[in-house]
Amino acid sequence: MDSFFNEPAWIALRLSLKVACWATLLALVAGTGFGYLLARKRFFGRELLDAMLTLPMVMPPTVLGYYLLVLIGREGVVGAWLQHHFGINLIFTWQAAVIAAAVVAFPLVLKGARAAFETVDMQLEQAAMVLGVSPFGVFLRVTLPLAWRGVLGGTLLAFARSMGEFGATLMVAGSIPGKTQTLSIAVYEAVQAGQDDTANLLVIITSVVCVTVLVAANKLTPNRNPQR
Amino acid sequence: MRKTTMMVALALMPVWSVMGGAAMAADITVSAAASLTNAFKEIGAAYEKDHPGDKVLFNFAASDPLVQQIAKGAPVDVFASADQDAMDKAESLKLLAAGTRKNFVANTLVLIVPANSRQAIKALGDLQQPAITRITLGNPASVPVGRYARGALEQAKLWTAVEPKAIYGTSVRQSLDYVARGEVDAGFVYATDAAVQKDKVTVVATIPTTTPVTYPIALIEKGPQVGAGRRFIAYVMAPGAQAVLAKYGFSRP
Repeated sequence: MDSFFNEPAWIALRLSLKVACWATLLALVAGTGFGYLLARKRFFGRELLDAMLTLPMVMPPTVLGYYLLVLIGREGVVGAWLQHHFGINLIFTWQAAVIAAAVVAFPLVLKGARAAFETVDMQLEQAAMVLGVSPFGVFLRVTLPLAWRGVLGGTLLAFARSMGEFGATLMVAGSIPGKTQTLSIAVYEAVQAGQDDTANLLVIITSVVCVTVLVAANKLTPNRNPQR
Repeated sequence: MRKTTMMVALALMPVWSVMGGAAMAADITVSAAASLTNAFKEIGAAYEKDHPGDKVLFNFAASDPLVQQIAKGAPVDVFASADQDAMDKAESLKLLAAGTRKNFVANTLVLIVPANSRQAIKALGDLQQPAITRITLGNPASVPVGRYARGALEQAKLWTAVEPKAIYGTSVRQSLDYVARGEVDAGFVYATDAAVQKDKVTVVATIPTTTPVTYPIALIEKGPQVGAGRRFIAYVMAPGAQAVLAKYGFSRP
């Protein structure tokens, strides 16, 4: 049994789950923050900021991969700085895969969170404020409890998207078995090498995980027909 | 209603005939090893000039994925591989037209480093140094240059030292790009690839391979343009195309 779970397919699955969890966590924090900002604050260029932040979702993965390579690569602007000051090297590490997945998945949390925050009745927030609750307390005890389904729905979609991230990940994290070779990249390598048995096992695992997440996301997204 | 249908059909007739006509002139699809990219593009342009009406469409990738595509029914006429292994796979899958397989060119394996490298890499043995942490080569499961490199490293008893540092490329050109960008310390490519990026990479050693680096070419039996495919292979074997290949650093097989 022990050897069964050390098969390359399971190693790839574990890595994919690790990468997706971290990426989702980053996306959740940033997505909720920006979602709240866009839903509640009025400022110049608000819709432009929304569009800019949504861009990673619609941009070709190769474009995103190239941007990331130029940014966090050894010779990249951020990459060279990190290397020089902290000796941190991101490229070809699982952390690079996390960054790629988080950037791609972040807009899904953002969209869900913004829509959810916009449905929260501002009078309730104002009432709490009048009763002396701090702004952060209002967010935590009034806004978030009323919007959590939307935020969670977006987060689950972000998780599924992180699991499936391929193009940008391949460009910045490479395909190192056991280190950066996630499920989706392992599928690609297996097909390239004509190992159809491995590919079959990998695609079944991927499909099961993604369907599970999507079913969960559907159950948790706000019910559009409350009377039913 | 019926009248409209008739009129649309009539209006479309010239379109159909033009499309049919285009299909009659041979569009030759050539699946070729990534290392042939630059030379084959030039040969393709020369071929089209000498054979008005024919068009050469290239599909460049690592050799093994090309075999997989053909095996799954991709409409390919000519296949040019970077090693015998990939061509053997195509042969065992009965994809090749009998008697058409020929070696048309040879190459050499080289060890390269980024042009601005500060590491002291002069020979294969230097790859064991602890300071060398990343070495790129094609994935031996699907990329010929990776198989040549692994063979050479196994011969030199260095594979166990290099394998943990390996960054696998999906084709020789990806490995070349990793070295050119300075993302890795060293890499294995063909001499002809290193020549394409000679401002960005430095060749530190020519690596002897356990099997000679020869490129076979063959006609695909079920290709849609068998006649034109034969013409293209004959063109590649002829002195004109061989001169182009030599210009890019390939040698006679």
